[in-house]
Amino acid sequence: MTVVRVRHAAVAYAGREVLHDVSLEVEPGEVVAILGANGSGKSTLIRTVLGLVPLDRGEIELFDTPQRAFRGWERIGYVPQRMGAAGGVPATVGEVVASGRLARRGIFKPPRAADRAAVRAALQDVGLADRFGDPVATLSGGQQQRVLIARALAGQPDLLILDEPTAGVDAASQDAFAATLATFQRRGGTILLVAHELGPLEPLIDRCVVVHHGRIGHVGAVPEPAGHHAEPGHDHVHPHAAPEQAGICEWAPTGERMTAP
Amino acid sequence: MALFEYEFMLRALAGALIIGLAAPALGIYLVQRRLSLIGDGIGHVALTGVGVGLLLHHSPVVTAVIVAAVGAVGVELVRQRGRTSGDLALALLFYGGIAGGVVLVGLSDDSSNANLMQYLFGSLITTSRQDVIVIAVLGVLVLVAMLAFRPALFAISNDEEYARVSGLPVRTLNLLMAVTTAVTVTIAMRTVGLLLVSALMVVPVAAAQQVTRGFRATMSAAMLIGVGAAAAGVAVSAEIDTAPGATIVILALAVFVVLTIGNVIGRTLKPGRRKPAEAEPPEHRIAVPWPE
Repeated sequence: MTVVRVRHAAVAYAGREVLHDVSLEVEPGEVVAILGANGSGKSTLIRTVLGLVPLDRGEIELFDTPQRAFRGWERIGYVPQRMGAAGGVPATVGEVVASGRLARRGIFKPPRAADRAAVRAALQDVGLADRFGDPVATLSGGQQQRVLIARALAGQPDLLILDEPTAGVDAASQDAFAATLATFQRRGGTILLVAHELGPLEPLIDRCVVVHHGRIGHVGAVPEPAGHHAEPGHDHVHPHAAPEQAGICEWAPTGERMTAP
Repeated sequence: MALFEYEFMLRALAGALIIGLAAPALGIYLVQRRLSLIGDGIGHVALTGVGVGLLLHHSPVVTAVIVAAVGAVGVELVRQRGRTSGDLALALLFYGGIAGGVVLVGLSDDSSNANLMQYLFGSLITTSRQDVIVIAVLGVLVLVAMLAFRPALFAISNDEEYARVSGLPVRTLNLLMAVTTAVTVTIAMRTVGLLLVSALMVVPVAAAQQVTRGFRATMSAAMLIGVGAAAAGVAVSAEIDTAPGATIVILALAVFVVLTIGNVIGRTLKPGRRKPAEAEPPEHRIAVPWPE
């Protein structure tokens, strides 16, 4: 079984193509990081996998089922970049995490003991069990991010998809985050995450996919951090020079462009 | 109270109590999505329905429900498209609604100003037995839907994108919200009037969230405040001879002011409690109909 299979995917926003012929496979139990600069199309790639952005060309399969026919969304836990801007009304940590359980228990059924236990366990996993009854607005940004991962874990997913989970998160929360993901992987979970920089998540990563200008630029081990440009024999493929893309230098394409299978 | 020995007062009270419960139960989801003013817009559209009803010598409540529901579904479709011009499209719809209503009421046989005022500002006292039955049936339906689907509606209001990824029937639930909003607006038309409808959906929620910490608690408190303001508003308005709808809204606003002041005082007196200063800087809290 392949958990995620993307074949020759192309995505366009308002006529402008932002992803061109992208292919990607994620196997069970793997931890795959999608890296790239801002605007490279890495977030678009996972949003397309999740069905939030329509596919222009190509195909996507989730758990060996074409995305259009896929109904097992409770098997996927999505962790967005930030807590939604919504929320004129207070909500407790427990209420937000419980909404991640909804896909699994169904919207017509009241929560059972197993559902409540899953919510508690998810909060335990992210180290926020004692904040169950607190309004989410009183938590720090890093803690809110951990609430979002707990919400995804409450549905007991097989695949976690995270969009820049550690962006702007304090060091303590980043470490807690890495520990949570490690536990999830040890229990057999598959992880696909988008990141700008890996930080404490790096030891977890099995495979890196670098997205560069809407194409897959590099697939394999975590690229060497800055400095490898200076190495002799480094195949320097750097079509850009824009200052806002300077971050990509750390993950510059090494020339071994992935060819379509 | 001697007041409630009159049957028309009992009918007025029954209608107000149902709206007092149902409007905040629905309004909390609108406030959560920063759509606090949507009820007002649908109210404008409903006026066209009233005009159609009067023109066709049909029950204005029924035609208003239909026209408002069509309008609300239209609004929801514009919102789903996420078009930047959506804001303007809504403005056109809303003002078209109220202008159409005023013109149609003027064309009808019963075109007195008093008739128009009755729909704009409510007319609880002239509520007929049939009206109360319609209000009761529709109000209970709205209430049941809002309570039964609370977890799902909360999930969608809290993070619509996440709800879509979870595989929740987001589109269907959004249409359910649109139709129930239209129904609530129309049945509340008799109590508080189309121009004050939104207040009963939003003000009790705003008041409740001054003192609550969670969504469920806010919902319960808002319904309590709504039903309390409705009951007290009917009694007070009869006593001092004011418009019941406006009196209900003023009382709900008074609760909001009292709870807000109490909240501020309570926080200054208890410095040990976690202050919001430690919290994340709140997202901007202005309720605009269509943020995206």
